[in-house]
Amino acid sequence: MNSYVDKLDEKSASGRAAWKPSRWMNMQNKADATMRYVFIISAALVAAVIFSIIVFVGMQGVKTFAGVSPWEFFFSTDWTPSAGKFGAFPFLFSTVVLTLLSVVFALPLALAGAIFTAKIAPNWMREILRPATDLFVGIPSVVYGLIGLTVIVPFIGKVVKGTGYGILPAAIILAIMIMPTILSISEDAIRSLPGRLEEASLALGATRWQTIWKVLLPAARPGILTAVILGMGRAMGETMAVFMVIGNSPQMPKSLISSTTVLTTAIVKDMGNTNYGSTWNNALFLMALLLLVISLLLILIIRVVARRSELK
Amino acid sequence: MTSKQIDRIATAVLWLAGILIIALLGWFLIRILGDGLPQLSWKFITSKPQEISAGGGVGPQLFNSFYILFLSLLLSLPIGMGAGIYLAVYAKKNGFTDLIRISVEALSSVPSIVFGLFGYLLFANLFGWKFSILGGACTLALLNLPVLVRVTEEGIRAVPASYWEASLALGSTKWQAIRKVLVPAALPTIITGITLTSGRALGESAILIYTAGLSVSRMFPDFNPMKIGETLSVHLWYVQSEALVPDAKQIAQGSAALLLIVVLVFNLLIGIPSRILQKRLTGGK
Repeated sequence: MNSYVDKLDEKSASGRAAWKPSRWMNMQNKADATMRYVFIISAALVAAVIFSIIVFVGMQGVKTFAGVSPWEFFFSTDWTPSAGKFGAFPFLFSTVVLTLLSVVFALPLALAGAIFTAKIAPNWMREILRPATDLFVGIPSVVYGLIGLTVIVPFIGKVVKGTGYGILPAAIILAIMIMPTILSISEDAIRSLPGRLEEASLALGATRWQTIWKVLLPAARPGILTAVILGMGRAMGETMAVFMVIGNSPQMPKSLISSTTVLTTAIVKDMGNTNYGSTWNNALFLMALLLLVISLLLILIIRVVARRSELK
Repeated sequence: MTSKQIDRIATAVLWLAGILIIALLGWFLIRILGDGLPQLSWKFITSKPQEISAGGGVGPQLFNSFYILFLSLLLSLPIGMGAGIYLAVYAKKNGFTDLIRISVEALSSVPSIVFGLFGYLLFANLFGWKFSILGGACTLALLNLPVLVRVTEEGIRAVPASYWEASLALGSTKWQAIRKVLVPAALPTIITGITLTSGRALGESAILIYTAGLSVSRMFPDFNPMKIGETLSVHLWYVQSEALVPDAKQIAQGSAALLLIVVLVFNLLIGIPSRILQKRLTGGK
């Protein structure tokens, strides 16, 4: 990725004539020099933002350990803040289960959709599918939550004769929410494969499906993996839609349809009841820190995947 | 079963998947709009909400949604575009550039509730702004930032290098070339990016609960940015899960339909001018 300036510097070094610039030109040159700093500063600000988020949320979160031992926070299942018990294990556990389950639900449809859009759909179908995918991403999460609350929860409740709240409806809603993310990134990965792979496979007499299954999908694996990781990140960080359907009891889930709480919804639920600076409040910041660290780790994994596929 | 037959079955299944995705979206839209449109009325859209009795509207919330969006764009556009221009034009291959790139990537992966807590900590507590429209807008600006950086950089990179070279060869400074050549040429991409960001920001709620608050000013419309300012999407969540009004369900359905219409407008209608602009600039590609 060569920037314009790199190319320019090579050329301009030799050709600078020695004549006196006018005042207007001086002004332009001065503005040019100032703007360069403005751009550098705005770029530096972006970096400053993420660092201050890590530092502020981190510092506030780590204060929790003044009142609770790390062992209790990460491994105890007893979350009774009024009695000074801060075991966040149920939230962590439910977050992991919910994230994995939603990816499992979303992946088949997302991959099928990606293959369909990239290789099979005729143009008119593609013209419908692309904006449809964008629109899926555009629908606000509270609206997804409302659908979950008014359609999916009552349906599950009727089938199993219970309340219907829990991880299962949350995973279904999340699967629909992350499906377009996985779909569009996987589609890009499949379409950006060199055409010779497909041509060689077809020339050898493979059918279209054999080509897709045995050649294209394996070759697009790094891109699909990136898509899945991004989808996981989105599922893990989603708050409002999950809040509306998961039930929000601070306990280990007994089954997929029993009320429980994940990290994000625990924060939303308790933030209003706590005073800034209390251990309870700090514990919520610690949960936010956990979410932040996990999502940064996911980004790191994506970078590693990308670098490894570049090396090949 | 021969491989030909398997191929045919697979094709059918994939077609089914494509149709299912579109059907799912269609069902969503019909469901939300079908439930919500009957609740929408001029009174609902413009009148103030009620605390305990039925018949409240969402006027202030709708106003706050756009006001916060506007303020957040005002804050994030200059910085986001500045950083995007830096990455596209000035950035050399060095540690600083890598740092910026990683920061943008990291920022775009931060869960929105974490932004919300950060905003609560910094703006509401340390700056002492309490729950305010300004605090919400500042926090929302952080969410917009990485998208704006990315679209600006992509847009400018897509401008042919000859434009830049020609401008400089005519004796322009870099800033003149950026202002008069690169940014105008990249405008369609940037506008599309801003539109998408706006749609996302309008629907955002987790960020705003603990920065902009859960109730509205008594005045309407209230332009004071230090006042508490609940937005429409936060209101939808609030009436559905906490409020005492008897018609919470109707208000939630109405708000959902209203929100969806706004997002649809942003996704479809505002995309059109930038598409026309693009056609005109590229000579119809």
